[in-house]
Amino acid sequence: MADAVRFLLNDEERAVEGFDPTTTVLEYLRGAERLYGTKEGCAEGDCGACTVVITEPDGDGGLRYEAVNSCIRFLPTLDGRQLITVEDLKAADGTLHPVQQAMVEAHASQCGFCTPGFVMSMFALWHANKSPSREETLQALAGNLCRCTGYRPILDACQRMVAAGEATDSFDDRAQETAERLASLRRLVGLRYVTGGKEFLAPRTLAELTEIMARHPTAQVLAGGTDFGLWVTKQHREFERLVWLGEVAELRRLAASDTHLEIGAGVTWTNALPALERHWPSFGELVRRFASPPIRNSATIGGNIANASPIGDGPPPLIALGATVVLAGPGGERDLPLEDFFHDYRRTDLKAGEIVVRLRVPLPAPGLEFACYKLSKRLDQDISAACAAFAVRVQGGLVVEARFAFGGMAATPKRARLAEAALAGRPWTQGSVEAAVAALARDFTPLDDMRASARYRMASAQNLLRRFYLETSGTAPARIAYG
Amino acid sequence: MAEMRIRGGVAEGVAHDSARKHVTGEAIYTDDIAEPPGTLHAYVLMSTQAHARLVSIDVSGVVAMPGVAAVITAADIPGRNDVGPIFPNEPVLAAGIVEYIGQPVLAVAATSIKAARAAAQRARIDYAPLPPVLAIEEALAAQSFVAPPHEMKRGDAGRALGRAPRRFKGSLRIGGQDHFYLEGQAALAIPQEDGDMLVHSSTQHPSEVQKMTARLLGLPIHAVTCEVRRMGGGFGGKETQPAIIAGIAAVLAWKAKRPVKLRLDRDDDMLMTGKRHDFLARYDVGHDDEGRILAMDLVLAARAGHTADLSSSIVDRALFHADNCYFIPDVRLIGYCCKTNTQSNTAFRGFGGPQGMLAIEHVIDCIARRVGKDPLEVRKLNYYGTTTRNVTPYHQAIEDNNLAELTAALEASSAYVARRREIEQWNGTGSVLKKGLAFTPLKFGISFTNTFLNQAGALIHVYSDGSVALNHGGTEMGQGLYIKIAQIVAEEFQIDVERVKITATTTAKVPNTSATAASSGTDLNGMAAQAAAREIKTRLIAFAARHFQVPTGAVRFAGNRVIAGETDVSFAELVGLAYKARVSLSSTGFYRTPLVHYDRATASGRPFLYFAYGVAVAEVIVDTLTGEYKVTRADLLHDVGRSINPAIDLGQIEGGFIQGMGWLTTEELWWDKQGALKTHAPSTYKIPVARDLPADFRVKIWERGENPAETIHRSKAVGEPPLMLANAVFFALKDAVCAASGGDAHLDAPATPERVLLAIMDAKASAQKLAASAE
Ligand SMILES: Cc1cc2nc3c(=O)[nH]c(=O)nc-3n(C[C@H](O)[C@H](O)[C@H](O)COP(=O)(O)OP(=O)(O)OC[C@H]3O[C@@H](n4cnc5c(N)ncnc54)[C@H](O)[C@@H]3O)c2cc1C
Ligand code: FES
Ligand code: FES
Repeated sequence: MADAVRFLLNDEERAVEGFDPTTTVLEYLRGAERLYGTKEGCAEGDCGACTVVITEPDGDGGLRYEAVNSCIRFLPTLDGRQLITVEDLKAADGTLHPVQQAMVEAHASQCGFCTPGFVMSMFALWHANKSPSREETLQALAGNLCRCTGYRPILDACQRMVAAGEATDSFDDRAQETAERLASLRRLVGLRYVTGGKEFLAPRTLAELTEIMARHPTAQVLAGGTDFGLWVTKQHREFERLVWLGEVAELRRLAASDTHLEIGAGVTWTNALPALERHWPSFGELVRRFASPPIRNSATIGGNIANASPIGDGPPPLIALGATVVLAGPGGERDLPLEDFFHDYRRTDLKAGEIVVRLRVPLPAPGLEFACYKLSKRLDQDISAACAAFAVRVQGGLVVEARFAFGGMAATPKRARLAEAALAGRPWTQGSVEAAVAALARDFTPLDDMRASARYRMASAQNLLRRFYLETSGTAPARIAYG
Repeated sequence: MAEMRIRGGVAEGVAHDSARKHVTGEAIYTDDIAEPPGTLHAYVLMSTQAHARLVSIDVSGVVAMPGVAAVITAADIPGRNDVGPIFPNEPVLAAGIVEYIGQPVLAVAATSIKAARAAAQRARIDYAPLPPVLAIEEALAAQSFVAPPHEMKRGDAGRALGRAPRRFKGSLRIGGQDHFYLEGQAALAIPQEDGDMLVHSSTQHPSEVQKMTARLLGLPIHAVTCEVRRMGGGFGGKETQPAIIAGIAAVLAWKAKRPVKLRLDRDDDMLMTGKRHDFLARYDVGHDDEGRILAMDLVLAARAGHTADLSSSIVDRALFHADNCYFIPDVRLIGYCCKTNTQSNTAFRGFGGPQGMLAIEHVIDCIARRVGKDPLEVRKLNYYGTTTRNVTPYHQAIEDNNLAELTAALEASSAYVARRREIEQWNGTGSVLKKGLAFTPLKFGISFTNTFLNQAGALIHVYSDGSVALNHGGTEMGQGLYIKIAQIVAEEFQIDVERVKITATTTAKVPNTSATAASSGTDLNGMAAQAAAREIKTRLIAFAARHFQVPTGAVRFAGNRVIAGETDVSFAELVGLAYKARVSLSSTGFYRTPLVHYDRATASGRPFLYFAYGVAVAEVIVDTLTGEYKVTRADLLHDVGRSINPAIDLGQIEGGFIQGMGWLTTEELWWDKQGALKTHAPSTYKIPVARDLPADFRVKIWERGENPAETIHRSKAVGEPPLMLANAVFFALKDAVCAASGGDAHLDAPATPERVLLAIMDAKASAQKLAASAE
């Protein structure tokens, strides 16, 4: 028996059927619901015009409000959740939500096309933080483009919306009721949504998942959909059977032992951020510059690894830190060093029916110096032209271990073996670093494309190694502070 | 009785009329209009070849696909396949030949966009490739232009260059820019009776869409109506381009006899439509030891793309601004519109002005570094005078120059001198981070340089309850034109602005309008609306004088009331009385800008009614290891005359600046070797985000602003000029690059981190070479 997708559209329950499983939430809103407030500016998660908020029980009896990009979010992933759009914020009597009121007062809309998306990002921020700093505001808005205002009035509105002093809104007032209604939508057995010969499966346990994968080894695995979504909206591909990982509890687990951090493949970058930041502040900063909050709220670490893009930001730091990837398939679990997972351009070690289940990252050993750097045209919400991660362990002035990994420098994320070798056993000095810099040129044949020329990639990669040395050895700032 | 001031009169910073609708999602854009039953969705198939003969197009497979209602190629167009705004022969659908990757070849209307797209893939197009021209240099070498070159000159640049004590030559590359309006191009064409067509179009130029749609359909203009309530941004990109979108929708609608919507997705929009022209500037400059510019020979070559579009006017405006604020005694400027096999570039905020201005600012910056002075000193030394040294290369005398005042004010308030010293100190510390500082001025000419365009119409109705409906030829793209004009009308009638209903722009109400462009929206339409209001007001005064038996001089409108001698009635009451007395309560208004003229044959005249001025200081910090940078502070001071709405004007200044900053920093258009644009979505084309806002951002409207020209309430146009305040960011980056290179360096635009790093590396390498050869 196939299920309908059941969710709350604000406070109205919906049970929908008959839509292709890769119908985006945006298409659904503007189509079936005739709700035109949510806009399409790019259909690839990069402009924020389509931002909506999805709430889920936060486990503490309340709700967690997450901004997401409705343009690349598939309709069946709403199952069991509440969807809030810009139309829902205004009170029945016409009173604007504090966020909306602040936007009006701050003269923060010109053409207004970006505005619904900003309002929804700000609505999520308002629920998360009643006194956001400028830095927190900038981060919260990193996924919303405005071509008209130049942002200053929008930042002002973010101050105003909390200055108004309203501590709660009607969504808070209804939170308990909403949580209960969502609880009543919860499934015991994963969603199986079927339409027009296409199937969307949302297993709730790893066992359920592996069983499905064994039956359908060629099924398409969908996680946050932030890479996958674009295959649909940009390449217009069709898929017969999707297996969504978003409900698999085991994959969303994040745990630390004395020696390792274990990150489930389904952990989103948002949820991974605090732990990564705690152990490796520089990794935390990289994650803050990874896409935008709405993307990070969906995008998973496993998806980033499995997608195997040469310019993905996850692999370089994880490889440099010596992470192991754990895979599970019909034959059980196996693991391998992450660097061996990537074979060639977008080709990995994954066999049919296998999935990435988690990553195991060794916690920093004493003496470990680690940093990762991302270079892009724009500081926030851009794809790396080059991404570099450096880990060295120095003992008695000598380099006992060096692991350097780069993105954007080859067809896969890759270690710089020659540069590492140039340093092994050598003193951690400028002289040996220069030798490693020279070796880097032999390690890589960088990409040459619209994001950067090969010349820039090589020159800046070499300089990033210099920067790493300066940062570990000196006190003078060797780069512009991010925040 | 104390008179109440009306709400929302002139000079009040009232909110954008749609602000509430923006934040609630209730504002309706073209794609949000309720679709009439049976509406079809269109998809445009684009050329995959930069230059090729179209040997054959076979659409039989397309027609056979489910849901398809109509397929059109050039052969199906019932009228003339031409949307050229200035020059003829600019096809909507490729005919016989394709000239860029992205050119529309055929279009399909089907029951859904998915069906239309899937069907279009079944087309069989046979191309016979021809060699493409992709670079400006290639087109220059081949003398391949889309319009004849234009030259402006005064004196004898050649002779003066020969005699100048110091002389240098060089070139600068100036990148283009995608508009990246958040709302992509969209149109909904709805067939009417008699074969007429109603077109909802996201356009800055409804009259052009109307005319071109009529031309494509082979109809007289009156058979087509074009309407637009608002756009989700335009920036020049919706001036000529919408005729293509609306035209395709209309021809499909005509063929299918059903409504057709065409909305381009972001990639198709960016691949298909024109952008800001990238330029190559080549200069030969003579100056003295003080840094005074004596002579300049400047070539500005623009990438026009495959057709002329507005390129000739854009290159003209680049030439008109290649002096910026500086008097150049002997000067020769020549502009080329280079034909390339790429998108046909078009209007974009500033319309060539920014490129011309960047070229001269670059020259001035180079002079300063050659004579070893602070560039600001050299800028001031070369400023136009107020009574002498005040004639432009096109022989218009500048009469409203307030640069000295603006410069002094900002130099002081930004603490320029002290910060220059601090930065020099910092840069001497040997840090891998270098700082840069720059002050740049701007002077921007206001009026369409094509004189006949400087006209506008408005239509005002006063209803019997005293409510007012306002319509004019200007369009709303976010710039706040509608509210400003409503304020002007509210001021005339002395009624609260909410009493004035702002209605969608439509060719059915005001005909033969010019584009809402050239920053002219308020100047032109404000005057026209004022004229219409005054006409009705004159009738009301005459009526009130008769009715209340007072002389007309005793009738006054104030604070929602009309005072006639001793009598005092509300505006609505008077209107009610006037209606019963059969007074006409509707009027058109018309305005044409006085004084302007330009003779292209002699390249002289008074193309501009007046000039807008502004000044900016920017400070940056650059990472010399990676080329990454941050704008740490920007101070802007801009002259808007007497502001009609300071809140709106401030928004234009800030927004323009950030957009200009994007153009000069992170926004890079990149084509591959086959001529395919690879930066056609926000994942690859990076406009500024919130973090790019300068950490310390101080923006001021010039308090003493007052337009000496007789403009509407003595205000000044503000749409385009502030974009060029961002030049300060570019030259601050160059300043830091020079500091990092230990002398002079060359920086092209946009100054991506890559260009910044490579500029430093190249400058260091050539300094080393120089040092080595000196040994
Ligand atoms: C606007 C935008 C900005 C972005 N910015 C960045 C950035 O800054 N840095 C960066 O690195 N990436 C960026 N990305 C790419 C993307 O967000 C990341 O790669 C993300 O981590 C992918 O995770 P996901 O859960 O969304 O994967 P999905 O899109 O769901 O899946 C991606 C691929 O991985 C497979 N897959 C997913 N999970 C598993 C699993 N557990 N086992 C096996 N296969 C699996 C899927 O089948 C699919 O092939 C951006 C994307 C967008 C849209
Ligand atoms: S439409 Fe641009 S992010 Fe979704
Ligand atoms: S107001 Fe136009 S894009 Fe933000």
